[in-house]
Amino acid sequence: MTPRVLSTRNLNKSYGSGVNRFPALTDVSIDIEEGESVAIVGKSGSGKSTLMHILALLDTPTSGDLTVDGTDAARLGGKQLNALRNRTFGFVFQQFFLTPNATVLENVILPLKIARVRSGERRRLGREALAQLDLADKAGNRATDLSGGQKQRVVIARALVNNPRIIFADEPTGNLDSATGAVVEDKLFALNREQGITLVIVTHDEELAARCDRRIYLRDGRVVDAPIVDSPSRTEVAA
Amino acid sequence: MRAADIVGTAVANSFRSRLRTSLTVIAIFIGAFTLTITNGLGTGINNYIDTQLSSLGASDVMTVTKPVEAALVGEGPAEYDPDAAAEVEANGPPGTTVTALDRDDLDTLRNLDGVASVEPAVSVRPDYVEWASGDSDRYEIAASALGSGMSIELVAGEPFSGDEPQVVLPTDYIESLGFDDNEAAIGETVTLGVTDATGEQHTLDATVSGVQEPTLFGSTASMNDALTSGLYDLQSIGLPDTESWASATLRLDEASTSDALKVELVDAGFVGTTVADQLGAFTTVVDGIILVLNAFALIALLAAGFGIINTLLMSVQERTREIGLMKAMGMSGGRIFALFSTEAVFIGFLGSAIGAGVAMGIGSVLSGVLANGFLSGLPGLQILAFDPVSIATVLLLVMGIAFLAAVLPASRAARQSPIDSLRYE
Repeated sequence: MTPRVLSTRNLNKSYGSGVNRFPALTDVSIDIEEGESVAIVGKSGSGKSTLMHILALLDTPTSGDLTVDGTDAARLGGKQLNALRNRTFGFVFQQFFLTPNATVLENVILPLKIARVRSGERRRLGREALAQLDLADKAGNRATDLSGGQKQRVVIARALVNNPRIIFADEPTGNLDSATGAVVEDKLFALNREQGITLVIVTHDEELAARCDRRIYLRDGRVVDAPIVDSPSRTEVAA
Repeated sequence: MRAADIVGTAVANSFRSRLRTSLTVIAIFIGAFTLTITNGLGTGINNYIDTQLSSLGASDVMTVTKPVEAALVGEGPAEYDPDAAAEVEANGPPGTTVTALDRDDLDTLRNLDGVASVEPAVSVRPDYVEWASGDSDRYEIAASALGSGMSIELVAGEPFSGDEPQVVLPTDYIESLGFDDNEAAIGETVTLGVTDATGEQHTLDATVSGVQEPTLFGSTASMNDALTSGLYDLQSIGLPDTESWASATLRLDEASTSDALKVELVDAGFVGTTVADQLGAFTTVVDGIILVLNAFALIALLAAGFGIINTLLMSVQERTREIGLMKAMGMSGGRIFALFSTEAVFIGFLGSAIGAGVAMGIGSVLSGVLANGFLSGLPGLQILAFDPVSIATVLLLVMGIAFLAAVLPASRAARQSPIDSLRYE
């Protein structure tokens, strides 16, 4: 049995207090296994982004347990938390979050800079990651000079560069037209397939969700059984 | 992030918003420029005073006199003191008198702890000076003895050496006496005339060993010990053989301080003053003025500090998402703080380095122009002088202020939660 990289038990998250108390997540218990691709699907306001933030250790639950790689997340100190975020996770955001005036390469190597990797080494790794996303020739360009699809591939290169075990993607194709979106999706699933990187995709796009091994449906902060979607069950086993 | 990466990123970030950074740098520039100029003014004037001081006497030399007031006022008529009859006029406000020192007094002084040597201060008043081998006119001249330990700034020639009578002439006598230039006067013989107590005039030859700039205290020639005593002997012909002096020059030995010795002197009935004491009031006034000017410069820097706070707050605001991203990628709050405070310190460094540099450039030119024009009456005065320590102090001070200004914005950045930052539109 493949080990669980992420697992939650009776997770609750609420915002505000007293009469203004608003529950974002209620009693969420999920498991994500190593090498899986999982879609967290729901309408806006369903709590899917909140769940992703908690899974990615960017936010803390109000109650309930979160286990990352067998470690109770509540016990992680600031330093371990930062180390875990830096080495284990990669992020792909809908709004890209690229530093506008920096070059593509500088954007990609940001996680390595934070990880205190030496300058020469991080440039090499950065170029490798860009080559993997067919962007080797764009390394010196300014991030703002790229098209949307190229930007999102740069973001994937950045998520990939520190060799993470899990990539979190928040509406990765939300800002792209369907053609470029498909290219970005292919790249993400290729990473999952070829490098065994666990993929957690937050989306409301049923087509994208259908390409994942598994889907977790959220409605009003609760995990629900969705109507069976006709999706070809993937037979490839993650490497 | 490595420290070098933090510095590199901070420097790059500060150039991202060029206009805003430039404006803040200008604000700091004004403060640092003013501070450097006022400091330079202080250094220049104090350097000048120091040079003047060393031409008057070494720091381990003290002038000792014996004050008249021995009895406290209000204890009735003072008892007659035969010594008090030997009152002589002394330097100070008109009417200032001191009791003359005799050989016994000198012996008393020599026996005090911490005294290396005591010499009676003799004053010699030559009547005139002329170039012995030229046919120059005779000129009046003021001359003072240059004791050992005193130094003068020579523009030509060598310090005194040997036992022959030697003299250092002020520059303004060179041409009048008929020499071609300063160098031509060196080694030449001049004749000094002196009148004794009976009214008869004597002459004494001396070799010109050097040429000096006139000092703040006028155009005075300096004489070595051989010349001083030679002239004094001539001047004293016909005087009764009672030896008394208005004051004595006392040298401290290396181990003792002037403060400790002053107490001893008072106990023994003497008063000792160093040259620094005599000019103390003057330097205090100069220091006071510089302090006030520095305070104005600091106010400018304080205003610039708020400029830095504002710049950084905007910078933090603008880069909210970037901060969130870096935090999501595992950058610690401490390093975010370091990143923004380094940016502030860099802006501070940029402003202060440019400010200090421009101040030094303009100051040097200005001081050179003034020394040859407006201030040519005070030769040797460079009104603005820059010493590396005070420049470094200005730089460090400004960078310190910049760091303090960064505390609020940088800690705000460090405290930001990654998701709030990432959601920020």
